Amino acid sequence: MAIEIEQPRVGLSKVAVSKTHGEDSPYFAGWKAYDENPYHETSNQSGVIQMGLAENQVSFDLLEKYLEEHSEASSWGKGAPGFRENALFQDYHGLKSFRQAMANFMEQIRGGRAKFDPDRIVLTAGATAANELLTFILADPGDALLIPTPYYPGFDRDLRWRTGVNIVPIHCDSSNNFQITPEAMEAAYQSAESMNLKVRGILITNPSNPLGATIQRSALEQILDFAVNKNMHLVSDEIYSGSTFSSSEFISIAEILETRGYKDAERVHIVYSLSKDLGLPGFRVGTIYSYNDQVVTTARRMSSFTLISSQTQHLLACMLSNKEFSENYIKTNRERLSKRYDMIIKGLKKAGIECLKGNAGLFCWMNLSPLLEKPTRESELALWKVILNEVKLNISPGSSCHCSEPGWFRSLKVTNFCTADHELSSKERDHLERSRKKIKEVDGSGSSSRILLFSLQFLQTCFEVQFRWKKMSRTLILRWMKVIVEMSRYLRYRLTKSGRVNSGSLGEKH
Amino acid sequence: MTQTRYYRTRSPEPEKEKTGGGGGTAMRVIVPLQGVVQGRGGLVLGSIIPCALFYFLQFYLKRNRDDPDDKNESNSTGQNPTTRSPSSEHLTELPGLTRSLSRALLSPRNSGPVSISARVSGIVKGGDSPYYMGLKRLKEDPYDELDNPNGVIQLGLAENKLSLDLVKDWLAENAREAILGNGEELSVSGIAPYQPFDGLMEFKVAVAGFMSQVMENAVSFNPSQMVLTAGATPAIEILSFCLADTGNAFLVPTPYYPGFDRDVKWRTGVEIIHVPCRSAENFHLSIAALDRSFNQAKKRGLKVRGVIISNPSNPVGNLLNRETLYSLLDFAREKNIHIISNEILAGSTHGNEEFVSMAEIIDQEDTDRKRVHIVYGLSKDLSLPGFRVGVIYTFNEDVLAAARKLSRFSATSAPTQRLLISMLSDTKFVRTFITTNRERLQRMYVQLVAGLEKMGIKSIKSSGGFYCWADMSGFISSYSEKGEVELWDKLLNIGKVNVTPGSCCHCIEPGWFRFCFATLTEKDIPVVMERIQKVLKPVN
Repeated sequence: MAIEIEQPRVGLSKVAVSKTHGEDSPYFAGWKAYDENPYHETSNQSGVIQMGLAENQVSFDLLEKYLEEHSEASSWGKGAPGFRENALFQDYHGLKSFRQAMANFMEQIRGGRAKFDPDRIVLTAGATAANELLTFILADPGDALLIPTPYYPGFDRDLRWRTGVNIVPIHCDSSNNFQITPEAMEAAYQSAESMNLKVRGILITNPSNPLGATIQRSALEQILDFAVNKNMHLVSDEIYSGSTFSSSEFISIAEILETRGYKDAERVHIVYSLSKDLGLPGFRVGTIYSYNDQVVTTARRMSSFTLISSQTQHLLACMLSNKEFSENYIKTNRERLSKRYDMIIKGLKKAGIECLKGNAGLFCWMNLSPLLEKPTRESELALWKVILNEVKLNISPGSSCHCSEPGWFRSLKVTNFCTADHELSSKERDHLERSRKKIKEVDGSGSSSRILLFSLQFLQTCFEVQFRWKKMSRTLILRWMKVIVEMSRYLRYRLTKSGRVNSGSLGEKH
Repeated sequence: MTQTRYYRTRSPEPEKEKTGGGGGTAMRVIVPLQGVVQGRGGLVLGSIIPCALFYFLQFYLKRNRDDPDDKNESNSTGQNPTTRSPSSEHLTELPGLTRSLSRALLSPRNSGPVSISARVSGIVKGGDSPYYMGLKRLKEDPYDELDNPNGVIQLGLAENKLSLDLVKDWLAENAREAILGNGEELSVSGIAPYQPFDGLMEFKVAVAGFMSQVMENAVSFNPSQMVLTAGATPAIEILSFCLADTGNAFLVPTPYYPGFDRDVKWRTGVEIIHVPCRSAENFHLSIAALDRSFNQAKKRGLKVRGVIISNPSNPVGNLLNRETLYSLLDFAREKNIHIISNEILAGSTHGNEEFVSMAEIIDQEDTDRKRVHIVYGLSKDLSLPGFRVGVIYTFNEDVLAAARKLSRFSATSAPTQRLLISMLSDTKFVRTFITTNRERLQRMYVQLVAGLEKMGIKSIKSSGGFYCWADMSGFISSYSEKGEVELWDKLLNIGKVNVTPGSCCHCIEPGWFRFCFATLTEKDIPVVMERIQKVLKPVN
């Protein structure tokens, strides 16, 4: 009776009711907008186009071909050995054959320059779980991890929510292409100390999401030295390692350790997954590779909370241990990503947009600061809102990645929002060109028209990038063209209308 | 091939000193003293203890460094077992020091071994309970009628192999199409991209249907009140995270499933308060005992957030009757706490006792729906633990929302979901499976109980699950946990049968053992009896 008479509703925990899940940021708001109103080329042409979700579908055809040709992977034939073991298999070590295949695949991606021991591979249901699990193991509630900015917005939730651990950002900026410097690390460390936080480790993403670039060898050496000096852990999230444009451009922390004779290896932990490189996020396969025996043992026990279905392990073990498939896959995937990247960069340049020079991953990191009204976080978010709500394009603003400079946006270069089997015709090009001119007539260099011009160029580029890989009928293209045109009409209408009411805020030359 | 990968040469040591920043040794001496100066505890204790510990560490480190075999640090091939992983030895042997907060804070530059969180270092040492030791022993030397007739027979794992043949036949015929769609539209895009972390809606519908079927259609489950997870283990943990804060507690009737200690407590920092059930009451839950434990917890200053029951229970295998469930709900209402009802064995009942789901009890009483959360899974009832499918079923919208978000940390793989959608939608298969499975469980149970009774071992009547909860207190040398573990050890090492001693399940009375029978075949039963007899004789 004495218990909470004033509050008859049965209460929940702080984890359940707190906001540390971080899903109120623009990154997730964009997702939500997409979920509520997704673009579809036939049924919902005015829906939001998803450019914010890092999903790689460029090489699905290869996966499909493999599964078509190798029925043993997806089924258990009559009397196939191993079914009984497989169905009952819930040992948290994971299938030996799968761990072996993962280790080999990781070596293959690194061009054989690092070796991986299958007995150190801990399997988890996705890299999300792998990162959280490592955080649980390496830090206590109230401790801190250092993470270079800009970083993947999901870290705020994955690393903090249930663990109670803090993130202290290491600020990187465009002056040196967002590379991590010892000074920046030291500054972050000092700021953590001044907040009385105990720093337990540093977490890097290599290749970086959202930058789409790899970390240089010298920077990796400095990061490892820093971790050694401060006696802390180093987590290297390498889930995009197979998505670099060539294998030589990526240097894994494992290679650094190899050249150092595995000195200080006990503090290094690598996270990997098949979601990005193999384009299989639906399979939920992640892994922790740690050089620390105690971490391996503990992580394995803890992986009970996040095991991978044995059926999926079996399927992937077959797939990955097929050398012919995996080699061809890695090669083709690299080529396709790199080609798309070049096209996107070129296309954006036409719109006057510069991107950070990238060599990996599924994104490009665009500098849209010329489109901002003021160089502030607020006007970055204002621009993001316009692009999301009016252009109906979901890209992630840099501030959601904790980027310290306003105006940077992450966009996918790999999309599946439109499909085409030919280039834009000259007629269609003319059409676009006319729309552009009209916009310029109305509001030559005002910010709104610049946004619109950017969007047009952006969509056109995506369209042109896409046409080579997927098939689509002529009528669908025309419909899609209509979307662009309607959109530009709408914006023109808005421009003229607001131009009359309040021309001052629109363009500088009015 | 991978043998000499971890090479720890001794030459880098001087470098270590350098990087350690200005005079490593001096720093190390001063540090613990600083802790004393800054005032922590009495001066004498405060200075002697850290200094002593510290010198032990120094001694230990020194000795370890001088060890010429200190190369080849970690190796799975085990050719050098004595020198494996010195780094982890530091950590486990001197946990007090490496974990010490003040020390690490004051000397961030020390170059000693890097420490892991306090939260997990407790568990690193765990895993030597009889439960895990038995499983390990079994892995090394498993019984096989032909290949290894002297190996250890498994009676300690709650797994059901009795009806696996049915599942296997179904998969052999349907697996491929189920995952990739029928031949014409072979498609990866249905399984490869991101899917909702809390499960495909189609799969929820299929699981809800299966749950109703298993419970003889006494309840119908609404798929939109469901969150799917990678097994019941994360389902329970997610509920523990959602319902309780660090330092809060759940009441759990003993004996209970040994895994609860990990699932409920480990990462959440939540406590479990035992509610002892006794043999005199056939290990049935009594509300009086519940009330006593609740008050004890309150006296200790613990905030109780809920009760966790397992129905059918593991390890005893008995069911909670309707009346008990109603009084339990009354109790929860009176104390304003939650109920987690773990019903993963609902479809594995045998015998003729009626199974009543908590979902049925709350069906009529709307107001209390919010405090009841049901855990289910396909590991036991469909004998597919490898497929990792668990269910949280709740009418509390807040819990539902939080659990949905948390499911990203333990989602089920999409190809597996597709496969199971097809399997569970095959109503003919499901019906045959459930009935056949029940018959087989019943048959094995009767045989096992009869065999045990012949040797004078009585057991509690079980109507669900794969367990027989047997009283062997007459055969233990001393009426204590020690006596019980001794008998367990004999059963494992002399008799070569792995059973679970009651102390692993926190049973308050010594001498009780859990026998899981669903991993056996009928032919194994006489062998098991013979082996147990062999162990028991000399004591008699």
